[in-house]
Amino acid sequence: MTVMQAPAYARAEYHGFEASGSHFVYLVSAGAIFEIDADVRAVLARLDGQQLTHAALVRELSSDGTDPDEAEALVRELRAARLIQLGAAAPVMPQAPPADFPLQALVLNVTNQCNLACTYCYEFGADKIATPAGKPKYMTLETAKASVDLLINEAVGRKAVHITFFGGETLMNFKLLRDVVGYANGATAAAGKAITYSLTTNATLLTSEIVTFLSDNRVGVTVSMDGPPDVQDKHRVYKNGKGSYAVIEPRLRTLIAHHKTRAITARVTLTEGVTDVVRIFRHLKDDLGFHEVGFAPVTTGEERAYSLDDNGMDSVLAQFNILAEEWLEYALRGESHGFTNVSETISELISGVNKSHPCGAGLGLMGVSPSGDLSPCHRFTDADTHTMGHVSSGIDRAKQGAFLAKGHVEAKYDCQSCWARPLCAGGCHHEAFVRYGDTGHANLHYCDWIRQWTDTCLRIYGVLAVQNPGFLERFAERKGLS
Amino acid sequence: MKHLRAINKKARAIGEAVAQIEAATPSDMEEDVVALQQQPRPHVPMGCTLSFSPGWEVDAGGGTAGLCQPVERDIYDCYVTCFWPVQVPDHVNYSPDWASNCATATKDWRNLDLVFP
Repeated sequence: MTVMQAPAYARAEYHGFEASGSHFVYLVSAGAIFEIDADVRAVLARLDGQQLTHAALVRELSSDGTDPDEAEALVRELRAARLIQLGAAAPVMPQAPPADFPLQALVLNVTNQCNLACTYCYEFGADKIATPAGKPKYMTLETAKASVDLLINEAVGRKAVHITFFGGETLMNFKLLRDVVGYANGATAAAGKAITYSLTTNATLLTSEIVTFLSDNRVGVTVSMDGPPDVQDKHRVYKNGKGSYAVIEPRLRTLIAHHKTRAITARVTLTEGVTDVVRIFRHLKDDLGFHEVGFAPVTTGEERAYSLDDNGMDSVLAQFNILAEEWLEYALRGESHGFTNVSETISELISGVNKSHPCGAGLGLMGVSPSGDLSPCHRFTDADTHTMGHVSSGIDRAKQGAFLAKGHVEAKYDCQSCWARPLCAGGCHHEAFVRYGDTGHANLHYCDWIRQWTDTCLRIYGVLAVQNPGFLERFAERKGLS
Repeated sequence: MKHLRAINKKARAIGEAVAQIEAATPSDMEEDVVALQQQPRPHVPMGCTLSFSPGWEVDAGGGTAGLCQPVERDIYDCYVTCFWPVQVPDHVNYSPDWASNCATATKDWRNLDLVFP
């Protein structure tokens, strides 16, 4: 006998939060943010821990005096927006990105050599995965040109492409960088595409000629550094142990004073004992004049002496929150603050990203080693186990497909019950490999931290949406240009 | 949308979709017609088939595992209606009399025996 069972409503997956006296939901299936009114809260409250049929839900909502037609319309609106769903959620199957997803950016490791010996370096330190023995140490112009050609050919349909110069210490091969920019400007112009550049450096080799070149060619600069002298010189040292702060300080001042075309960013690595986020931020932003300062905990296996323990992370997060508060105060006044960790998350919340993969690695972005080997990103450069083709022979589609299938958020079991997955998608592939030996493993060691941080940024977003929505619009426009 | 205020791009896109849905569908969603392969599924107890056609029964899951009787027992629909020339039982060549004791399938299906081609 066939029996029809009336389907019942349940709450969809969302993260609720309050800001500025208003209530909001972050809808996990989409990455959408809604401000909700008291009626919506009443529906969500009634569906807390139970399911109700359409008739029962409307009846309950009308029981407190709401007009039944109004209640009917309310339920319909919430169902259409998928904040509530009928019955169990349909199972989600991992959808592979299109096989012909166009390349957008290459990270050229112009050299794997470095003049510093930072103790925590993922390229040379205890957790390194690179196997550079017997391979070229410096990229040749021929390899670099082949990389540019590959980028243009694989960027089907894109109006603009991007090249990031990376190392080792990038400026140890500045001559190549200069020549590649010349070649790439011509090649992309001939192909009808625009091109932008950026580079990461430890700043030890900056000269005013180099700064002029970078400014003239609109090369965005990110400086890897850790903060004021005592902090910088703790890990960022020369091979003889001497700190690098005294060398880079005058060079940084030249860079920031004379590079006028792009934002100059500092990127700080947080390690055991280097958790004084607020002091570091003040120094880099106020004393040295960086436009943006971003922080990331060091990538390590669990037992390294320099890795951050839970106490360290708690302290970091507390200080992140102080800077986040400041960021909000600036934003309410319509000013930019420069704490990259908030800016990045806010820009993702503005568009409502819902990521299949944590980043563009192996998808729209690839790394190129000095020898021309392709890898998912610069962090896998020269690691034989992660090679994904060669600039001369093209992308190895089978290896790329396997990497992307593993890294898909829906292939990560642990992520399926987490509301922060649209933004996080399981976290860095490289960090996962170092920590768990598998690029497709969720980075479980920072889940709590990601959720707290996302919640903080959502609250900031909520306050701005209520008190200064114009700032969010201008912010989105600026981001679109950068 | 009246109760939800979209405050990011994705939410605004959903708002547009909601407006289209509200403009397009009749109001009474409670009376939704549900197809068998659509979510949510109607409740069908396992062990019952949805149609009577010996040999073609499927259970509520669309398979045969939940049926009371193994479907391999008889293949009446193949015999009577299949266009395929080598159906089993083959009423042209090997089993012309296979269904002769089965005048009405719903009553006489027990008379259909196994076939060993």
